[in-house]
Amino acid sequence: MTSQGVGARLLRKEDDRLMRGRGQFVADLRFAGMQDVAFVRSPVAHGRLKAIDAPESYRKSVFSAADLAAVKPIRAVSGLQGFKPSDQHCLAIGKVRFVGEPVAMCIATTRAAAEDIASTVVVNIEELPAIHDMLAARVSPPALVHEHWGDNVFLETFVSTNFEKALNAPIKITRQIRTSRQCMAPIEGRGAVALWDTRLEQLTLYSACQMPHIVRTGLAECLGLDEGQVRVVAPDVGGGFGYKGILLTEEVCISWLAMRRGHPVRWIEDRHEHLTAGANCREHHYSITGYADYDGTLLGIDCEAVVDSGAYSSYPFSACLEAAQVASILPGPYDFPSYRCRTWSVATNKCPILPYRGVARTGVCFALELVLDAIAREAGVEPHVVRSKILVKPEQMPFTNITKKWFDSGNYPEALRRAVVAIDVDSVRARQKKGEADGRLIGVGLAIYCEQSSHGTSVYHGWGIPMVPGFEQATARLTPDGGLELRVGVHSHGQGLETTLAQVAHEILGIDVAKIKVVHGDTAMTPYSTGTWGSRCMVMAGGAVSVACKEIAERAAKIGAQFLQAEVKNVVVKSGEVVGPKGSVPLSEIARTWYLKPQNLPPGVDMGGMEATIGYRPAPDSGTFSYAAHAALVAVDAEVGDVEILDYVIVEDGGKLVNPMIVDGQIFGGLAQGIGTALYEEMPFDGAGQPLASTFADYMLPGPIEVPAARVDHMETLAPHTEFGVKGIGEGGAIAPPAAITNAVNDALRPLGAEMLISPITPRRILETIAAARGTP
Amino acid sequence: MKPVPFDYARPADVASALRLAGNSGTAKFIAGGQSLGPMLNLRLVQPELLVDITAIDDLKRAEAGKDTLFIGSCITHADIEDQRIPDVTNGVLPSVAAGIAYRAVRNRGTIGGSIVHADPAADWVSTLSALGARAVIQSVGGMRRLRVDEFIVGVFQTQLDDGEMLVGIEVPRNSPASRWGYYKLSRKTGEFAHAIGVYHDDRERNICRAVIGATTGVPIVIADKMRLFGGKEPAADALDEPYVRQTMAAAGLADTIDHTLRVVALRRAVAQAIPA
Repeated sequence: MTSQGVGARLLRKEDDRLMRGRGQFVADLRFAGMQDVAFVRSPVAHGRLKAIDAPESYRKSVFSAADLAAVKPIRAVSGLQGFKPSDQHCLAIGKVRFVGEPVAMCIATTRAAAEDIASTVVVNIEELPAIHDMLAARVSPPALVHEHWGDNVFLETFVSTNFEKALNAPIKITRQIRTSRQCMAPIEGRGAVALWDTRLEQLTLYSACQMPHIVRTGLAECLGLDEGQVRVVAPDVGGGFGYKGILLTEEVCISWLAMRRGHPVRWIEDRHEHLTAGANCREHHYSITGYADYDGTLLGIDCEAVVDSGAYSSYPFSACLEAAQVASILPGPYDFPSYRCRTWSVATNKCPILPYRGVARTGVCFALELVLDAIAREAGVEPHVVRSKILVKPEQMPFTNITKKWFDSGNYPEALRRAVVAIDVDSVRARQKKGEADGRLIGVGLAIYCEQSSHGTSVYHGWGIPMVPGFEQATARLTPDGGLELRVGVHSHGQGLETTLAQVAHEILGIDVAKIKVVHGDTAMTPYSTGTWGSRCMVMAGGAVSVACKEIAERAAKIGAQFLQAEVKNVVVKSGEVVGPKGSVPLSEIARTWYLKPQNLPPGVDMGGMEATIGYRPAPDSGTFSYAAHAALVAVDAEVGDVEILDYVIVEDGGKLVNPMIVDGQIFGGLAQGIGTALYEEMPFDGAGQPLASTFADYMLPGPIEVPAARVDHMETLAPHTEFGVKGIGEGGAIAPPAAITNAVNDALRPLGAEMLISPITPRRILETIAAARGTP
Repeated sequence: MKPVPFDYARPADVASALRLAGNSGTAKFIAGGQSLGPMLNLRLVQPELLVDITAIDDLKRAEAGKDTLFIGSCITHADIEDQRIPDVTNGVLPSVAAGIAYRAVRNRGTIGGSIVHADPAADWVSTLSALGARAVIQSVGGMRRLRVDEFIVGVFQTQLDDGEMLVGIEVPRNSPASRWGYYKLSRKTGEFAHAIGVYHDDRERNICRAVIGATTGVPIVIADKMRLFGGKEPAADALDEPYVRQTMAAAGLADTIDHTLRVVALRRAVAQAIPA
């Protein structure tokens, strides 16, 4: 490893502009003649849209579905059997199906003026019963979100393997476990500017998005344009986490309006819109039974899981992804013989679900890890003993699990062992016996998971959703002065790819990272890609950059060898030069020759020159599996229901880490979000489907005081089939904390007979659970 | 989240401020804007005129006299936290100020704004009720004074009439042996309290007051020492819980867990004031 290559803890290049306020986010962009849009949004969760009226003086500034008749609705289907498609019109027609659904679009020279106009628009809605409870929505629906479906189920899935064998197990633990709906709350909300470029004869959409090429494809379809007539540019983006992995109705609306009005049109989501119209993730319910032997050995899992998928299927992930995923990943990193799982992706009067960092893994980890602890309590053994018995062992790798997931490499038991030692379970037990001077109850909790990422064509084609990742392409291009440009179709919005992809290139070519420019986010300048999601970028784009740079290196070596009058097999490319036995020639010289002095090129040179676009896909492409064990030590004030995290340990293995500092940052950020899920974040809905936490006074986000400085230990088990052995590792921090923290709280509350089974664990829920366990009101 | 269009004025004295507000249909006074700002953005208030009172010197003065401290209504929480103004409470005012929201909010938020806004969860609402402080109200007709716990009549509701402005708070001087305890429960440090317990006694001045704050209405002030401690010497473990619960129920607080949290907050406040 050089000081700038794979493995270096390089400071991020992008931080210089971001930390100095010189980033260019979509709300920073200025265009001549740009006007602002404010949406009129449905104030009710469910109803028949009867009429929309604006005062005469504003008629030319207000648009509704009738104006957008030629625009196609967003329709994200899945090929899974039984999936029911939904049509999401860009402005509501006929019905409104969630609070916040856009009903009309108002345009003015400023956002404030547009909001003034919006406040004069009268929307006539005949209310229908709101479907806000995902369990009732399926079994006893008060109404149907999409009447022609006959029910409120997007998709039902079922898997069963050897299930009957588990039924005679001596220990049987059944629990109803739930994770609440959340908002992703990135520091920058959604937003876009649409304009028609008359020179390029193209709609240009500047959007805070994670997947510009996918948005381009979807936008072209909705508007009936050729893809060549559409360009999408994601500038600096302040966090995605999945919230920005979507084609938005708002984006289609402002694109239509920009083309119609002939001037740029902007919409910037404000925080009120985000909280009330964008609460779209994490809401799961598990009815789960664990079967185990007397000593706590897990023999089987039976589960019925429901995911609240909202009113429409979002593009491109679709409404079914999360629920369908539950069934295949609930078994976690464990080896056990019997399994049965039925899932429902249920439609409700809430905004469409999007996969939030960790996706279904956070929920399944929560459900399974809580059940394992309950089994441990029943069997009278330590929770880590229960897990050690069934964790897939390193000698079993590669391992095909009970749902046919192919675990590539790893030492799960070692990660758990290290976490147990680091949190010091033994001394916690001694401390619990002694009791705390301040009367609080101490508890320790564990969770371990594995995280599949960068799974590719072979996995995704089966889902049949609007996008299937294939060969990821990257362009590597030497400039005449020996610098390097990398063009990738993924987008970096916090992952640090402008630095890490440069590190990968540096590892191959030895060019100084300061001279390597990563171009991303603009569909006009980058190869097609499904974009940034599912922790895929380092494996896929990093892999593509690696092979593209290797191609450049090979071509440069051939030219350099001839310049050096050496044999190709006796030269190497390193430190930005072609080095032979008797001398070296810099890559800059080779590039200058190709571009500016081709008369000096040797015969037989590869006509691809100093630019290569190569597609890459690992083989097999079933994905990499990173993993981590989390351990939490908590203190519970049982009188008031307060939880303090005293210590937090993470033992992670992401294979080869390109930039360990950035990975640590990803882990800490994920941990903060995981703590949010565990203790703070929730969007409650009332009986009329109204989202109740409409400002940050009510929607609690963890801050610096709530997120401890976790101790992170690293293991490195290389992925067998990726460049450098890298694995995807962006989401893990957000997967395990709800399980680890809740297990710790349950450990603390054990003497009171109280067990928490819902996220977030709020003080009120803790007090109610303790009171119920005592039999007091 | 943009406000409705409004006019803006920044007068130099109270009389001008009152006149400007009087001439406009729906004027609002603005000081630190820490509560009013979000309300404007959410269009929960839609004034035609915003009268900025932060240029009025009279509202930024603080003077300690023999028995009373006058705090101008535009004194910020940070002014009090950083002890830039005198203190007559043996440190109570700075310590409460330091726990209000976040420092960025404290730099701009004012004690007057907090009382006029009358959010039940506000620290000053509970604290000034417990201290027996008074609101000083000015109008064209003159000045009047009202105990803070009488000035506040409901959630976001005060006795302030049109044509009146809160110009300051008068805090009585504590004797050296006065005791104070303040316990606030919130989901996160810096966030709105969901239960507050306050205990203040000053034997020299024959005062004993417990306050339960962050209620669904006005702070609940309990001034009956005998009932509060069941006739025993004041101490945390002498607190008459059933009496406290009963008082809360009578004040309209119905939920058992809401009761529990406030009983615990009050007990812990007493424990702070009267260590075992």
